[in-house]
Amino acid sequence: RVLAQVSCELVPPKLSRPTEGVLFFNLELSPMAAPGFEPGRQPELLVQLNRIIERCLRNSKCVDTESLCVVAGEKVWQIRLDLHLLNHDGNIIDAASIAGIVALCHFRRPDVSVQGEEVTVYTPEERDPVPLSIHHMPICVSFAFFQQGTYLLVDPSEREERVMDGLLVIAMNKHHEICTIQSSGGIMLVKDQVLRCSKITAVKVAEITELIQKALENDQKGRKEGGKFGFAESIPNQKITAFKMESAAVDTNNVEEQAEEIITKAEPPSEVFAKPILHTVGTAQIGEGIENSWGDLEESEREEAAEEEGESEATAFECQKMETEDTSTTRETKKDEPIVVSDSEEEEVVILEPQELPKKTRPQTNSKQETTSKKAFNKRRKKKRAA
Amino acid sequence: MMAAKEEDKMAVAGDGCCLRPFSCEQGLLSRPDGSAAFLQGDTSVLAGLYGPAEVKGSKELPDRAALEVLLRPKVGLPGVVERSREQLLRQTCEAVVLGALHPRTAITLVLQVMNDAGSLLSCCLNAACMGLLDAGLPLSSLFCGVTCALDANGAIVLDPTTRQEQEARAVLTFAIDSAERKVLMATTKGSCSVEEMQQCLAAAQRAADTIFQFYRDSVRRRYSKS
Repeated sequence: RVLAQVSCELVPPKLSRPTEGVLFFNLELSPMAAPGFEPGRQPELLVQLNRIIERCLRNSKCVDTESLCVVAGEKVWQIRLDLHLLNHDGNIIDAASIAGIVALCHFRRPDVSVQGEEVTVYTPEERDPVPLSIHHMPICVSFAFFQQGTYLLVDPSEREERVMDGLLVIAMNKHHEICTIQSSGGIMLVKDQVLRCSKITAVKVAEITELIQKALENDQKGRKEGGKFGFAESIPNQKITAFKMESAAVDTNNVEEQAEEIITKAEPPSEVFAKPILHTVGTAQIGEGIENSWGDLEESEREEAAEEEGESEATAFECQKMETEDTSTTRETKKDEPIVVSDSEEEEVVILEPQELPKKTRPQTNSKQETTSKKAFNKRRKKKRAA
Repeated sequence: MMAAKEEDKMAVAGDGCCLRPFSCEQGLLSRPDGSAAFLQGDTSVLAGLYGPAEVKGSKELPDRAALEVLLRPKVGLPGVVERSREQLLRQTCEAVVLGALHPRTAITLVLQVMNDAGSLLSCCLNAACMGLLDAGLPLSSLFCGVTCALDANGAIVLDPTTRQEQEARAVLTFAIDSAERKVLMATTKGSCSVEEMQQCLAAAQRAADTIFQFYRDSVRRRYSKS
């Protein structure tokens, strides 16, 4: 099972091709497809699949890239096709190629008008989006060979793929033109075998193209008539494993009362800390000035923010308990005069306590990295010092 | 009072009192141990689950299963938003999965966004829960995700569409468990007051009743013989 999504973007074109749009294909093996697929990729298989899809869709020139040009040399459309493999039960190439080409046919890009130097891109509301110009629909068909070409299987499943001798992939459109052909696995094929395969491919491609056309028409009809379309309709009604529920009303009449109850029962919230000061967009600072709470004896010369005065006793008390015994003894000494050791911010200072307990002070950290518990502790220390 | 309630029921989907139509399909993928596709209106997410399975040495946990969540967006490579959502989902799932029954194994949950039309995170949560059910992993309770949007007037909109989310002042998502309707995870985007958050939470708990009934009905249908 493959999920395909096409999106577009306006970009400057490639220097070597200033009048052509850019096509970008990306096939991803989702980890849900098979237990062996890690997010770190299965590089070999992935590269091979990506190459086949690219050759099939890009080199066959099924999409007209000239029509994707908006302003020659400056702005062209970049069409990006993302393929996600959801379930790996064999024959990823076929499924991916069908999904890819259908997505490209189904895609509508925003309408653009150029007046001299000005380019206007219309939103879907202003003007109907425009489909891509697709010349033909190449579709891959895979053949698995067993026992040196004696047995031939079309559309191999995963188990069959594992034991096959060789693989032949033919990409063909409904006009019986071969777009890509690839033989891998080291099997040697006789000429009429290849011709036979191409005939089978022609039949299969005709069937699949018809199916695609019908699906696209259904979708178009559905959209025009305003009916439902998209994934919502893809869930089968009759299956026992599927279940639908119509829009459900939720009674939110007494929500306010219930909320009130909860709020009154809840404990009062802890004090809100200082409002962050916004320096620039994306940079904020909470609190100013730091005190090393790691048993330091340096005094910070910067002041702490005034809002921290609101620190409640309860939380400060908890923070105290969190500190080790060492630091609590420091608090005692702090009651006396603080010892200014150095003004340097980077220096690491080791000070011996009067009680013969060696202490190390960390280099002063940036105020942003300071934790609230440390601040609370600092507050308490400062209060004690002030007292 | 009754008349007012009737009108609410007929309100347009996405209105304060309505959840969008849900549908869910289980077991739709053949390879994963458990899979589920969950649709909320136009938002759809596909969940695939493998587990309990062999785990790489570095990720092994000696006493419980190691749960990994991968969220894949539809276009482009996964970015920071996906990573943060993966963490939220992982923590919610870890709270309900009885990992202690399967130590030294790995449970991998892969979510693929198929369509995003609002309330994506809650759709992911619902798909994850249905996937866990389909895989048959031991759970202590089910969970569901509900998104509320607070518009400029302070009115609560449940299960908002993309447009409603963009116009809202705040968007809150809650993961609610099925045993006692407690909150497993809460995340907010935008600003709202404490009272408003409690109101949204109460509304989400009401909506959770409907969603759990939906889970029950869909599982009942699946295991019915008829």
